[in-house]
Amino acid sequence: MGKGLIFDIKRYAINDGPGIRVTIFFKGCPLSCAWCHNPESILDYAQKMYTASKCIGAVKCIEVCPNNALTLTRNGIETNVELCNLCGKCAEVCPTKALEMSGREYSTADLMKIIERETVFFDHSKGGVTFSGGEPLMHSQKLLELLDLCGKKDIHRVVDTTLFANTDVVLDVAKRTELFLVDLKAWDSEVHQKYTGVPNAQILKNIKLLAEIGKDFIIRIPFIDGVNADEQTLRNEAAFLSSILWERKEVNLLLYHDIAKGKHQKLGSAYKAEELATPSDEMVQLAQSIFAEKGISATVGG
Amino acid sequence: MNSNNLNKTPERAPRSESNYSNTHSSDSYAAMTERIQNLRKISVDTAPSLDIERALIETDFYKENNGKYSIPMMRALTFMEICKKKTIYLGEGELIVGERGPSPKCVPTFPELTCHSVDDLNVLNTRDLQRYTISQEDIDTYAREVIPYWEGRTMRERIFNYVPQEWSAAYEAGLFTEFMEQRAPGHTTLDGKIYQKGLLDFKKDIQAHIDRLDFMNDEEATDKLEELKAMAISCDAAIVFAERHADLAEEQAKTEKDPQRLAELKKISEVCRWVPAHAPRNFHEAIQMYWFMHLGTITELNGWDAMNPGHFDQHLEPFYNKGIESGDLSREEAKELLSCFWIKVNNHPAPPKVGITARESGTYNDFTNINIGGVRRDGSDGVSEVSYLILEIIEDLHILQPGSSIHISTRTPDRFLKEGCKVIRQGHGYPSVFNSDVYVMELLRQGKSLEDAREGGCSGCIEVGAFGKEAYVLTGYLNVPKVLEITLNNGINPVTGKMAGIQTGDPRNFKSFEELYEAFLKQLNFVIDQKVRVSNYIDRMFAKYAPAPLLSVLMDDCIAKGRDYYNAGPRYNTNYIQCTGLGTITDSLATLKKHVFESKDFTMDSILGAVAKNFDGEEILRQTILNKTPFFGNDDEYADSIAVRVYNDLLEAIDGKPNTKGETYHLNMLSTTCHVYFGKVMGATPNGRLAGKSISDGTSPSHGSDVNGPSAVIRSLTKIDQTKSGGTLLNQRFLPSLLKRDEDINKLSKLIRSYFSLGGHHIQFNIVDSATLLAAQACPEDYKDLLVRMAGYSDYFNDMNADLQQEVIDRTENESF
Repeated sequence: MGKGLIFDIKRYAINDGPGIRVTIFFKGCPLSCAWCHNPESILDYAQKMYTASKCIGAVKCIEVCPNNALTLTRNGIETNVELCNLCGKCAEVCPTKALEMSGREYSTADLMKIIERETVFFDHSKGGVTFSGGEPLMHSQKLLELLDLCGKKDIHRVVDTTLFANTDVVLDVAKRTELFLVDLKAWDSEVHQKYTGVPNAQILKNIKLLAEIGKDFIIRIPFIDGVNADEQTLRNEAAFLSSILWERKEVNLLLYHDIAKGKHQKLGSAYKAEELATPSDEMVQLAQSIFAEKGISATVGG
Repeated sequence: MNSNNLNKTPERAPRSESNYSNTHSSDSYAAMTERIQNLRKISVDTAPSLDIERALIETDFYKENNGKYSIPMMRALTFMEICKKKTIYLGEGELIVGERGPSPKCVPTFPELTCHSVDDLNVLNTRDLQRYTISQEDIDTYAREVIPYWEGRTMRERIFNYVPQEWSAAYEAGLFTEFMEQRAPGHTTLDGKIYQKGLLDFKKDIQAHIDRLDFMNDEEATDKLEELKAMAISCDAAIVFAERHADLAEEQAKTEKDPQRLAELKKISEVCRWVPAHAPRNFHEAIQMYWFMHLGTITELNGWDAMNPGHFDQHLEPFYNKGIESGDLSREEAKELLSCFWIKVNNHPAPPKVGITARESGTYNDFTNINIGGVRRDGSDGVSEVSYLILEIIEDLHILQPGSSIHISTRTPDRFLKEGCKVIRQGHGYPSVFNSDVYVMELLRQGKSLEDAREGGCSGCIEVGAFGKEAYVLTGYLNVPKVLEITLNNGINPVTGKMAGIQTGDPRNFKSFEELYEAFLKQLNFVIDQKVRVSNYIDRMFAKYAPAPLLSVLMDDCIAKGRDYYNAGPRYNTNYIQCTGLGTITDSLATLKKHVFESKDFTMDSILGAVAKNFDGEEILRQTILNKTPFFGNDDEYADSIAVRVYNDLLEAIDGKPNTKGETYHLNMLSTTCHVYFGKVMGATPNGRLAGKSISDGTSPSHGSDVNGPSAVIRSLTKIDQTKSGGTLLNQRFLPSLLKRDEDINKLSKLIRSYFSLGGHHIQFNIVDSATLLAAQACPEDYKDLLVRMAGYSDYFNDMNADLQQEVIDRTENESF
């Protein structure tokens, strides 16, 4: 069970479901995808992020650190991870936000206040709230509370998930959700395991489950050369998706970019996806035609 | 998803994807007829020049006749003389005819208002930006014939000879500007009456009112007679001007070999013989009617914002429908005629200014702003096929002038808003978007009737008025952050060390934020009082010395009252003060409140010390302010409540102050480019802004301080009661990638609807990424037609000086989330 930390809140989110939305990003995810755009979303505790280009050498952080974990080097501030206990005092005093803590606790009431600020935009655009992550289902207690409260206020609810979760949790969340955005990251379970750290049997089972209970969902495929951008994978995926009781039949292809590189630098973590590449236009067209053959509409972006 | 190219110079993408285009490729202009392409090319390629003909005719006439007539008659007779004698122009392929100068892009001077010196003319002739060419021969003639006569007689000298020392101190400090030192009060917009009545009909009205004058009981009767006689002469003058064009068309027809052009010339002649003397009978005559009135009013005087047709689509719609139904007009012909009109407006750059105003408003744009959509007098939706036609023209022509705006009410169909958003996506910076429902309320609050309010709209940038019935005089910009700057220096302008306000105490001794705010309010009221005192004087000077008889004919109820447009003749008479820099003042006050009086992490002395040395060596302090202070535009109560308070106190100080016409002052929140000039005259500010950098514009957040996206900005902006203003301004810069899909257009339209349902007055967008702007700075030649939204109008990026360019680049870029 995740701690319900939030690492980001995006307003005027226009790519996370219908209409204008506010997207709440939970921190903590059971997967660790090599290409993850938000690597700070993976661990479910607050982390320190450092942007060297913003650092002006104020060294207030060094003065304030209770564990003497920080030193000023030619590359800026360096943290001794053995000594740092992630207390966040350095980020508090940093004048430039070069040091920032990713992940903070919000009370459910505070989150509702933030969500409800956007009501007028929801009303006009038929938008609403999207819970994303990380993996929101990993924080099911907080998530269910929020979904219930949003339901009472007639706010349209989207959950953006890997569906790597227990069936019970999926069913609980599904009762309180209008639309799921479900990631389908790789078809072959071994490939899935290699790039995300977990197998995909549970995920496929949950997708089928959502279809069977008649829940609305869109499949989102991070489309990556070297992982899933090949004809056989596409045919397998299309066959699977056309075999389930799925009304919407809508797939979003999210073309791979290496934008996560910069974030890994900030986190001080390694970027493990150097060999991955953006699929060619021809591959995108092929994907669209393979899905189309099965009556599934596949669009780029979303 | 292919927006990942920020580090390389963008390719010259097709027009549909970005906002610059290759003028040499024919396919991007395929939507234009050959005629329009040719006329557009002349209009765009011709460099603006100065013409001294108007000044010479006027000066000769004044030398001969001044003192023989009443002042209104003198003005009307001068106008007649110009209409009789000025060189007229009928260019190849033109369908709508008439130029203020002898040829396109040629601008006259108005020495009776402000007489350019030889130095001024040399500067205009040689400066890099907003250049106006003039020959040495013309400069010599001007020096010999024009300048000596007007010396000591211009409106500008009348004003500067009068102004009190306190006013001058504040003015020189850059606390405010004065619009009327170089141009006449304008911001004038017509209603629909010129489409129902010709000038001969107006003359009948004038005569009827002359006949009714009561010389026994009305002490003003003699003045009214002079004014009404002047109005009648100005009607004759405009008719003479049109007749001369009819003659010229017939003259050209004599030698014209091409049968199609021959027919066109005959048609032009027929149109010019009919309008403006009579009410127009068809679409062509309706446009020509307006154009003659536009030219007439900008020739008799040099009013701000040229002239505006108002709800042009609504005025033209009956003629369009009639033509289409009878088969006399096709959609293509209508579009071509309207395009000809569009190019005509573009042929008329703003008359060049001198001195301080040249810096504050660096643009060729003369601010004609066509209102599209909106509501009708009866409250119904104003959108018609002509509205869509106009949107197509804006997109096709892609020129500087006229500006255009779409007007959205709850009754406006979504299709119109979305079509407007698609033009916005092209990134030319127009159309801007206005909320009809809110400005109708603004006008009602000011005392307009419901019908007159609905017929109102926006001219120039964002200012509202009752079209065809109101003189709404913009008097100048108020530099609100500068008021705080002198407050923090006990009334002294720190840039010069001179006293610019009053003594309100050393802020280092202030015990509370309230004490500081009280001092700010005292300075604010003092500065506004200076401004109003001189504005009232100027109003009377124009009323007495510079009446505008033709404009008065066109504006209800000048004929009925027998009074001039500048002398309370119109039905409504408003003075505006335009307040600038809400973001900068709010952020500065929030900084002092939070860091000095609440968390006490810095003393007043340390912040003032850092500000005084432009934060030199104080980067830690500055970064702490920038990153650890709640700023306006983030839907943060702490900052937003300060903005609301400042706004309400501006209202309190300005709104309802009596003007000289029995009505009152109002405020609006407009900046044009003045926020850049105002930033230049200021040192650093407590919010971390460095000396000389632009302050924030009308009501937009400070550059880069809004970090929560457009919906948060909208929430912040709508906490101020915009209905109590005469217009607010919100600039938003979006990356092109945010508007790629049709679904994105839909979401943008809903963002606008949301803003408007919360009470927003206006919003405008720049759809351009920083990489494009930087590339345009580096290779101006490749981006000759990159238009960007400045503040209430669009301008060519290349024509803007480095400060203005930087201001646009610094605006927060909303990216795709």
